[in-house]
Amino acid sequence: MSDQFQPVLPGAAATREPAPATPRDIAYRDGAANPSADALRAQFGAAIGRTEVIWGETTVYVEGARLADIVRWLHDDPAQRYDYLSDVTAVEYRDPELPLQVVWHLRSLPFRRFLRLKVEIGTGAPLEVPSVWGIYRSADWFERECYDMFGIRFTGHPDLRRILMWEQYHEGYPLRKDFPLRGRFSRSEQLRQALAANPEARYSMEELSIADAFEDLPDDVVRRITGGERTGE
Amino acid sequence: MGLTASPVVQTTTYDPPAQESWIATRLDFLVNAARAYSLWPMPFGTACCAIEFMATAASRFDIARFGMERMSFSPRQADVLICAGRVPFKLAPVLRRIWLQMPQPKWCISMGACASSGGMFDNYAVVQGIDTIIPVDVYVPGCPPRPEGLMYGIMMLQEKVKRERLSDGDLRHEMEPDPASGLYIPPPAIDELSEPFGNSVHQTRSGL
Repeated sequence: MSDQFQPVLPGAAATREPAPATPRDIAYRDGAANPSADALRAQFGAAIGRTEVIWGETTVYVEGARLADIVRWLHDDPAQRYDYLSDVTAVEYRDPELPLQVVWHLRSLPFRRFLRLKVEIGTGAPLEVPSVWGIYRSADWFERECYDMFGIRFTGHPDLRRILMWEQYHEGYPLRKDFPLRGRFSRSEQLRQALAANPEARYSMEELSIADAFEDLPDDVVRRITGGERTGE
Repeated sequence: MGLTASPVVQTTTYDPPAQESWIATRLDFLVNAARAYSLWPMPFGTACCAIEFMATAASRFDIARFGMERMSFSPRQADVLICAGRVPFKLAPVLRRIWLQMPQPKWCISMGACASSGGMFDNYAVVQGIDTIIPVDVYVPGCPPRPEGLMYGIMMLQEKVKRERLSDGDLRHEMEPDPASGLYIPPPAIDELSEPFGNSVHQTRSGL
């Protein structure tokens, strides 16, 4: 275990000398792997694929069906403690067999570790991966954005719908390779559809009725919601 | 790049005394001067042009000198909509609604390349010029325009306001969008206005 991966636990940081410096001269490949990669392989065995270390960052390819278990273990295990999900996204390559990868960026603040998990989705396979919403609430909008841009369905997400494009948008998934840069429809048709969307539909009564701020809403809005009024489309 | 549906061009010589009475022209002068020197802008800033707009409003350039010191953040008390920045399609109904909420008389300044033409964002998400959504009086070029550029546009708008005639029957007509499509200008004209030009024609070189 290299010095980079020494745990920093509460109370231990004050006595530790010197303060950690930004690592320099990191090898492009075959640097020190994150020890969590070996721990994952010991714990999950065949569900863990190959491991890559590029610029000191460890990438572990995992099996999509086990992903929620793997992330749950990384989050809960006292020797891992990945308590921060910094990104969920996807990448499409011009690869005829394995075009899509879904990527999770996990960070362990107490151990100062960074781990990247990847799930490869082959051609013809359903675009589905398990949601990690139950583990990290920050996955909510990440997964919605990933669904919006790539069409990947996160099973178990409670509210999977578009987030950047409006909900009636049905030209496709803009970041896919087969999506033309200017969209599929003509400009006038795009504009017609955009103008037909109701901007208030995004702040529907359904959303307000389950919002945390429900108690702070004005009295008339509360009356309208409790009276059953709904504005969503 | 000619439009398919060309508007009817009416040329009139600006010679008020020869056409109207002395009282009407003096009244026009008074009303127009009052309007031109107290335009209340509704800032619709979506991108970096809004930073230049803030610089224009700040002390060095100070558009209060043009009677615009009062930024109206409610469209119902605004005279001129200054759209500063790119407008994505998702924002198009919002911009249309803000424009419809503004009372007559009202004007619109399209500030910067993105608001005027979509600019470098010739992609699936950005409106190719806000004149496809709302009528525009003055276009200010630049990416972003300097405060001097915006002030020149404001002065052009003031000139336009000062030339308005109360006897002009078409002056305060609220443009009604086509009820079927919600568009002001015909779809072929929008398509032609939105065609790529300049560097953006090279964006499709991969064939996608």
